[in-house]
Amino acid sequence: MAAQILLNNINVPGLANFEVYRKLGGYSSVEKAFKNFTPDEVTAEVKKSGLRGRGGAGFPTGMKWSFIDKSKDNPRYFVCNFDESEPGTFKDRHIGQLNPHQLIEGMILGSFALGAKTSYIYIRGELFYVLKIIEKAIEEAYSRGFLGKDILGSGYSLDLYCHPGGGAYICGEETALIESLEGKRGNPRIKPPFPAIVGLYDCPTVVNNVETIASLPWILNNGADAYAAIGVGNSKGTKLISACGHIKKPGIYEIELGLPVEEFIYSDKFCGGIRNGNKLKAVVAGGSSVPILPAELILKTAKGEPRLMSYESLADGGFESGTMLGSGGFIVMDHTTCIVKNLLTFARFYHHESCGQCSPCREGTGWMEKILHRIEDGHGTMKDIDMLASISKHIEGNTICPLGDAAAWPVASAVRHFRQEFEDHIKLQKCPFSR
Amino acid sequence: MHEMHKEIEFNSETLELVNRIIKRYPEGRQKSALLPVLHIAQSENNGWLSAEMMDYVATLLNIQPIEVYEVATFYSMFNLQPIGNCVIEVCQTGPCWLNGSEEILAHFQNRLGIKPGETTTDGKFTLKTVECLAACGNAPVIQIGNEYHENLTTRKADELLDKWRSENKNSHANPYL
Ligand SMILES: Cc1cc2nc3c(=O)[nH]c(=O)nc-3n(C[C@H](O)[C@H](O)[C@H](O)COP(=O)(O)O)c2cc1C
Ligand code: SF4
Ligand code: FES
Repeated sequence: MAAQILLNNINVPGLANFEVYRKLGGYSSVEKAFKNFTPDEVTAEVKKSGLRGRGGAGFPTGMKWSFIDKSKDNPRYFVCNFDESEPGTFKDRHIGQLNPHQLIEGMILGSFALGAKTSYIYIRGELFYVLKIIEKAIEEAYSRGFLGKDILGSGYSLDLYCHPGGGAYICGEETALIESLEGKRGNPRIKPPFPAIVGLYDCPTVVNNVETIASLPWILNNGADAYAAIGVGNSKGTKLISACGHIKKPGIYEIELGLPVEEFIYSDKFCGGIRNGNKLKAVVAGGSSVPILPAELILKTAKGEPRLMSYESLADGGFESGTMLGSGGFIVMDHTTCIVKNLLTFARFYHHESCGQCSPCREGTGWMEKILHRIEDGHGTMKDIDMLASISKHIEGNTICPLGDAAAWPVASAVRHFRQEFEDHIKLQKCPFSR
Repeated sequence: MHEMHKEIEFNSETLELVNRIIKRYPEGRQKSALLPVLHIAQSENNGWLSAEMMDYVATLLNIQPIEVYEVATFYSMFNLQPIGNCVIEVCQTGPCWLNGSEEILAHFQNRLGIKPGETTTDGKFTLKTVECLAACGNAPVIQIGNEYHENLTTRKADELLDKWRSENKNSHANPYL
């Protein structure tokens, strides 16, 4: 049986209720941490576990925590990134809605490790109904003494609050999130300084993803070594994959990192194969921002090795023939899909979501959307294809935050792997898939 | 002639909620409460933010009106024009498109006789397109107020239209209540 750390109890009725969660061993990691560990020992444990950030970048969590500046006695903040706006990603909502106490338990551990006395869960505004579920769970945790003053007589006090966003993908970027939490527009900050030095209210801050935080209780309960024993290479533990598109069983799956992609797509335990007996055409494996891969390259690397669901294997081949694990938003397309049209929806998304601070991103995303529109509608020219590739190159690496890259990679990779399909649109002067 | 001038003021219950939210942030950082308070303000003003309402929010948080306008214009959930009683937001991003969001949008357009961004003449419905709602496994997805409707079909869409047409409710109730 594959390890289940995040979803093992997810179907228990009433799990969002404190008593139900507590009966299943909930909050025991907090008791254990307060009794047996100093804050720095909690950080060391998380470091040893090999846990990497589940928000998309995959940065080692314990290392990120150890950058926090503890030299001054100004406040420190621990912030949960519940913005979940990357197209194809719908895993954090699952945790927040059904298992909010596991997130709260993780928030207590992280806050304790960092020495934060006030922590926030920043949740996208569209998910207000989930915010209310979490706020209710927070109230329960306060009334049972797991939040508030002098938790369990440990001397450690913590206040935890939810903060709604206002509808802006960019606020998932951690410095934009901090700006937004301060009541401003979500304009990403120039780094350095990094949030660990100058973050929320200019104080040392760590921002972590919901799934990252919800993994912490298991790590503390079972030990770093047990966590590190799951997975493959530098991809430790389990990962939630939200699978959607043309598969038989869309949904949220917890996999052990290292699972073969082929098994994930075709096994009845996971996606169950392609719908309607259709053929697999392409996959966007880690949320809309990562390079798209054609069927042969998602199943096998360019070297012919089976592709695995891990940070390293998915990235194998770099941008020539690889992609990224990203947020775990796994979008599957069958042979009836128009790659250009799908890309157009992504381009429109990034154009809409650009905060407008950097001209390559602000202007380039608009140009790419326009050109893709032209090609999809049958008015494109062959020069347009090269122009798309060129614009994406000029955005990549030339912006304040990675949204620019995120907008460029899907375009560059689609042109690289599916150039023929762009040319067909232009030759036919219409979409070859339109009826 | 005596000029009637109606000052905006939240009732005491709403004010209490606002003050409770302000206290979640450190002293002097009350501006942090701007997004939550704007959500409340919008619900108190028939689902949109007028200049008067934004000015009132500025006084509540003791910040400049421009600081409120800057934020209200940045985030897509805030409406700066009057809108219909029931706002239907259709997700149009890739995963929903792969599963037929265009048909759903076309269906709403036909049934309501309006395009995205428009409001029916009777003021009942506003149709909007939005980007990924983080529910792609159940595509196509729409949002009406604080509710998600997933795995949408044209039949479900018709049922929702009938429901909202017959009920005299609006979709922009205070999200905290
Ligand atoms: C444009 C953009 C959008 C992002 N959106 C999210 C998001 O919705 N949720 C998230 O956890 N991280 C998101 N991130 C990543 C965050 O910046 C940050 O790396 C992450 O929250 C760190 O948490 P982790 O280390 O636990 O992954 C986004 C990054 C960028 C550049
Ligand atoms: S890259 Fe785009 S989203 Fe990021 S700061 Fe620049 S303009 Fe804003
Ligand atoms: S694309 Fe519609 S919910 Fe994600």
